[in-house]
Amino acid sequence: MSHVITSPVYVCADNIDTDQIIPAQYLTLVPTIAEEYEKLGSYALIGLPDDLYPQRFVPEGELKTTYKIVIAGRNFGCGSSREHAPIAMGAAGVEAVVADSFARIFFRNCVATGELYPYDSNERLCDVLTTGDIATLDFDNDTLTANGKTYQLKPLGEVRPVIDAGGIFNFARKSGMIAAKAEA
Amino acid sequence: MTLTEKILARASGKSRVEAGDNVWVNVDLLMTHDVCGPGTIGVFKREFGKDAKVWDKQKLVIIPDHYIFTADSMSNRNVDLLREFVKEQGLPYFYDVIDDEDGHWKFDAALGQTKKQYGSRYTGVCHTTLPWKGHTRPGEILFGTDSHTCMAGAFNQFATGIGNTDAGFILGTGKLLIKVPESMRFFLEGAMRPGVMAKDVILHVIGDIGFDGATYRAMQWEGPGVFTMNMDDRMTIANMAIEAGGKNAMFPCDQKTIDYVNERTKENGTKSEFEPVDIDADQRFVYDKIFDLSKLEPTVACHPDPGQRKLAKEMGNVQLDRAYIGSCTGGKTSDFLAFAEVVKGKTVKIDTFGVPATTKVVQELKDVMVDGLSVWSILENAGVRMTENASCAACLGGPVDTFGRLNTPMKCISATNRNFPGRMGNKESQVFLASPYTVAASALTGRITDPREFIS
Repeated sequence: MSHVITSPVYVCADNIDTDQIIPAQYLTLVPTIAEEYEKLGSYALIGLPDDLYPQRFVPEGELKTTYKIVIAGRNFGCGSSREHAPIAMGAAGVEAVVADSFARIFFRNCVATGELYPYDSNERLCDVLTTGDIATLDFDNDTLTANGKTYQLKPLGEVRPVIDAGGIFNFARKSGMIAAKAEA
Repeated sequence: MTLTEKILARASGKSRVEAGDNVWVNVDLLMTHDVCGPGTIGVFKREFGKDAKVWDKQKLVIIPDHYIFTADSMSNRNVDLLREFVKEQGLPYFYDVIDDEDGHWKFDAALGQTKKQYGSRYTGVCHTTLPWKGHTRPGEILFGTDSHTCMAGAFNQFATGIGNTDAGFILGTGKLLIKVPESMRFFLEGAMRPGVMAKDVILHVIGDIGFDGATYRAMQWEGPGVFTMNMDDRMTIANMAIEAGGKNAMFPCDQKTIDYVNERTKENGTKSEFEPVDIDADQRFVYDKIFDLSKLEPTVACHPDPGQRKLAKEMGNVQLDRAYIGSCTGGKTSDFLAFAEVVKGKTVKIDTFGVPATTKVVQELKDVMVDGLSVWSILENAGVRMTENASCAACLGGPVDTFGRLNTPMKCISATNRNFPGRMGNKESQVFLASPYTVAASALTGRITDPREFIS
C-alpha cells in the first residue's frame, strides 16, 4: 500500500521545545480522555512566539490544522517528557515532522504513541521552505518534494513499523511480544 | 563498560552490553505525578483492561507536585484521579496533598498562596522527594514521567524520563525496551572557589557542549572534584543533563552516597539492600574532557535556551523585573542557605519569590538558625515572598494563578533549570538561569550581578 501525503508545510526554526509545542498550562488535559485529546490538538504549537510565527498553526476556535507536515531545525521537541507534545500535534492532524534532529524523549514518544513520523532530514529544509509551501511526503521512498525539488530523508528504519502499527502496544501485540488485548 | 552500561547489563540479565544495543530492562522503580499520572493510568487501563493490576505495588511511587496550589479545577481533579487509582490498586507510596483517602482536593484561593494548604503526607517536588523518602538506591533502574528524572543519577542510579505510553507499558509489565546510550565523561578536578556553586558547573558544561550536545547520551561525572561535592551539589548537576539533551546522568558511588541512602531507607523503612556499580578500567567514551573547578566563575544561561552561556560579571547591564528561587534543581535547603547568606540583613530590589522544593525544606528553613534568626525569617526580612506550599510552582509556568508565574512579559533571573520561551509563563518573557548565589545578588541590585560582589 503506497503511503503519500500532500499538504502545506509549517516551518519552524531550531530548539522548538515542548513548552512551545504545548504550553504547560494545558497539561491539565488528560490525553486518554477523548474530548481532552481533541482539545489538546487545538493548542498545538500555540507557545511559538507571535512575532516570529505570525501565522497560527491551528486557527483560533478550531481543533485541526491545515498543515499535515511540520518542517523544523535542530533539536525539535527538546525539554520536558510530556507525551502531550506529540499527541497535541497528532490530534491537530499532523502526520509527520521533518527536522534536522530531534530530542530523544520527543522522538521516543512519537514512536511509542504512533502519533507522528519523526523524519530526520539530510539537509536543512527549514532554511529553504516557507510556511504554506505545498509539499508531498512519500513514506515509501523517504522523500519530500516541494517547489519542484525532491529531498531525500533519512529512512525511519526499525521505528517505522511501530508507528505504522499505531504505537508500541499495537506493535508488541502484532509481533506476539505481549498478549492480545484483554476485553475491557 | 561505563557505569551506565554496567547497570543496564545487570538489569537486562546480560554479562555485557554496548552503546547502541537495544535491551529489555527490569524496572526497579516507576515514578509518576499529577500531570502525567492520569494519562499513564489511562494508557494502562486502555491496554491492559479496567481490572488490571500494576506489576509490583512496591515499585511504583506517585507524587502530586506540579499543579497543586491552584484553583484550576482540572488540576485539582487530576490529584483526585491519582488518589482513586491508588485506592483501587492498594498502593503504599502515594504522597497525597490531603490526608482523607476518600476526600477531594480543592485549593482554597481565599487562604492565599503562602500559608500551608496540605496534609501530613504531602512532600512536594518528585525528584527531591524520591531520595528523601528512601526510594533512591545506587545500581538500580528508575523511570519517571518527567524529564528531570535524570536527577537520581547523582546516586549512581540509571534514571531517565519517559512518556505516558512507555510508563503505561511498565505499569503492566515491569519492563521497558531501551537503547544503551553512548557515554560522555566529564572529569572534574580541583574545587569550586567561593561564590561558585554546582549550578555554575552544569551551566558551564552545557554552554561547552551545547543545548543538544548530549542528545541520546549518558553524562558520566568522574574525578576528584566530584568527591568534594555533597549530594545536593551532585543532584543539581545530574538534574540538568536533560538540558543538554542527555538521556541520563551518572555519578560514581562513594561513602557520601552510601551514608545518605542508608539513612533515608532506614528512616522510611524502604528497601535497604543495593549494589552500586564501580568504575571499570576499560570504559569507552565518545567524549572525554577535564574541567578544572577552580577556574569556574558565576555563570548565567541567557534567554532563550540553557546553552546560552555568559559570565555573570559580564551582564551587569541586564535589568531585571523578578528573581525566583525554587524547583528540584534550585529549591533544596542548601540552595536557600546560599541565598540567605547573600541577602541577610539586606533588602531585595525587585519582586523575589521563594518556593521550597519539599515540605521538609520548609521545615528545615524554619528550624535552622543563623545568628538567632531562622533562615526563613532572614529571607522574609529581606523582602523575599516565601511560600510554605512546596511544589514545582512557576518553574514550569503552570495555571495562571500559580505562585511566582510570569504573567506578563518580563525579565526573570531564576535558580530553576529551563528557560525556553514561555517556560515560566508568558511566552514573551525572558528567563536567565543562574545559581542561588547569583540570583540572590541580582535580586539585591535589580540587574544581573556577580555574587562575589557580596561574598567575602
